[in-house]
Amino acid sequence: MDNAQLLISGLANGCVYGLIALGFVLIYKATEAVNFAQGDFMMLGAFVTIGLTNTEYMGLPFWLALPISLGIMGALGYLLDRLIIRRLFGESQTAVVILTIALGFVIRFVAGLIWGHEPQTLQNPLAGKEVRFGGLVLGMEDVAVIVVTILLTWGLYVFFSKTRLGLAMQGASQNQLAAYYMGIPVKRVQGIIWALAGVVAGIAGILFAAKGSVDPTTGLLGIKAFAAAVIGGFGSLPGALAGGLIVGVIEPFASRYIAAGYSQIAPYALLLAVLIFRPNGLFSQVRVKKV
Amino acid sequence: MRIVFKTDYMQDIRPWKDSFQLTMYLILLVIVAAAPWLLDDFYLGELTNVLIWAIAGLGLMILTGHTGQVSLGHAAFLAFGCYANVILIEAGVPFLIAFPLAGILTGIAGVTVAIPALRLHGIYLAIFTMALSILMDDVIVLAEPITGGVAGKYLGGVEIFGHLVDRWATPDQFFWLVLIVAIFVTLGYINLLRAPLGRSFIAVRDSEVSAQAMGVDVAKTKTLSFALSCAVTGWAGALMGLYAGAFNNETFSVIISIQLLMMIVIGGLGSIHGAFLGAIVIGFLPQFLSISKEYVAAAFGGNTVAIPGLEFGIFGAILICFILFEPMGMYGRWLKIRTWFELFPFYRKDMFKRQKSYLKTERLR
Repeated sequence: MDNAQLLISGLANGCVYGLIALGFVLIYKATEAVNFAQGDFMMLGAFVTIGLTNTEYMGLPFWLALPISLGIMGALGYLLDRLIIRRLFGESQTAVVILTIALGFVIRFVAGLIWGHEPQTLQNPLAGKEVRFGGLVLGMEDVAVIVVTILLTWGLYVFFSKTRLGLAMQGASQNQLAAYYMGIPVKRVQGIIWALAGVVAGIAGILFAAKGSVDPTTGLLGIKAFAAAVIGGFGSLPGALAGGLIVGVIEPFASRYIAAGYSQIAPYALLLAVLIFRPNGLFSQVRVKKV
Repeated sequence: MRIVFKTDYMQDIRPWKDSFQLTMYLILLVIVAAAPWLLDDFYLGELTNVLIWAIAGLGLMILTGHTGQVSLGHAAFLAFGCYANVILIEAGVPFLIAFPLAGILTGIAGVTVAIPALRLHGIYLAIFTMALSILMDDVIVLAEPITGGVAGKYLGGVEIFGHLVDRWATPDQFFWLVLIVAIFVTLGYINLLRAPLGRSFIAVRDSEVSAQAMGVDVAKTKTLSFALSCAVTGWAGALMGLYAGAFNNETFSVIISIQLLMMIVIGGLGSIHGAFLGAIVIGFLPQFLSISKEYVAAAFGGNTVAIPGLEFGIFGAILICFILFEPMGMYGRWLKIRTWFELFPFYRKDMFKRQKSYLKTERLR
């Protein structure tokens, strides 16, 4: 029963990692760049929602604040692309990597200025409720996290593989020039994907802030989400979720069964092992081109 | 404008362009070497710090600037060099042997990292090295019998020929020690760049496929690049340990890795000057901020408030501006200004235009 409890809490944590990893994968799938600031985006989404709902700030009702904050995050993502990332069009990927790392620093600084450095929790209607399920005690937030993550991953997966826009996005990433020739508005597609990544980061932030507390350094959680995205293979949405779940489940089990000090290494050791033995992730998309 | 008329190949690969350039650098060297008489102890310490960062930057520049392999994990090698140096000295090895040995050991560590890293490209390599840097923190804690764990280690001064060189007791001598290492590394770097190995580094950076077609052994070149880069970084780490005096697992965190990479980007990727210019920014920014904060407080009559994270926020903003407006960094901007004066009035705006490349996926090769 203990193990089952560990598993569930690990799954809920893993879903948050998975959600951040989804943000990485979305941007990677459509623009072949990696947004190192995705974790800080999540932190920002959490704080925007806290700023709207918590009674010490604006005190809006939760269900009203939800769409507003997601809208703000989407707009921020779009503006970020419009004002900064789009200028790097045609530059190397490394430039985007370094740019987003710097952006993470700036976001952390700004969030610290606005909301302070104390850990804060989101006041939400699910707080404190429990679900009892055959002897297991689940926090209502944990259930919400798991359900929302699965729905979102499924939705995005369908979006990418079935809709015109999703296919256009994949095309734009595979060969920008060819996508232009096929009439895909590559720049606009890129803007939409950054907005979408902003919304996903917002959802991850809200769920994370409902589960626990956030402070400006929470964004560093993004590093664990990297582990998730790499384990899943950077190009695959279900892979990102699976990677997140693996990392999330390994953590509580490692801290329980492995000596202290070694346990926190576990996710990174797994990351290194995956990179060494399967450099393209467990759910690899790389196919060798044949002449 | 000076016109250098080259008459033979040896002149072409000479490390300096003409005697004017050589004289300028020698004058600069004399001024820097005379710093202990020109500056007080505080600023001399800061200058020493800048030089140490510059050495670390040169180390990363070999790998990232000239071989094109982005590393977000060089703090791990800083730590390795630092601990190797201190442990050797504690074992009774004299500093003059322990210090070079620390660099060589770090270089060997770099090779062992390079072997799995050879298969990784771009972003994956960045994440791989970042994970290494995070792991190094935990490894230092776990290897407590050797490294002292969370309590860390302490190193007073070192003896060179029975002569104590210490950051606090004899700051000028410590400064000269760092300066000598910096000059040695820089001269080595200049020589490397005109040798076949350095040329093959640049070939690998610009296009692996073309390099391979020209007969460059890509795997060997990358491994050597890792080895050299890590050795130099190890020396910088050893000096950093001496500079800090006391250090533990948190001294060389992943943040230092990121800072190091950002530093060489601000300075200018792919240039030796870039490492020094970037080090000046990173070394003097905290001082500059605290001085300007005091100035603002004095002007508006308020108290100086501590703003946590301000340094990183400003640093990030500077970096974003550089990537957007001057991707070649401070050295690139200097080149443009110099060319403008040299060619006046014939400078054209698109002289330094970079070729854009359209993206093709790496997933479906």
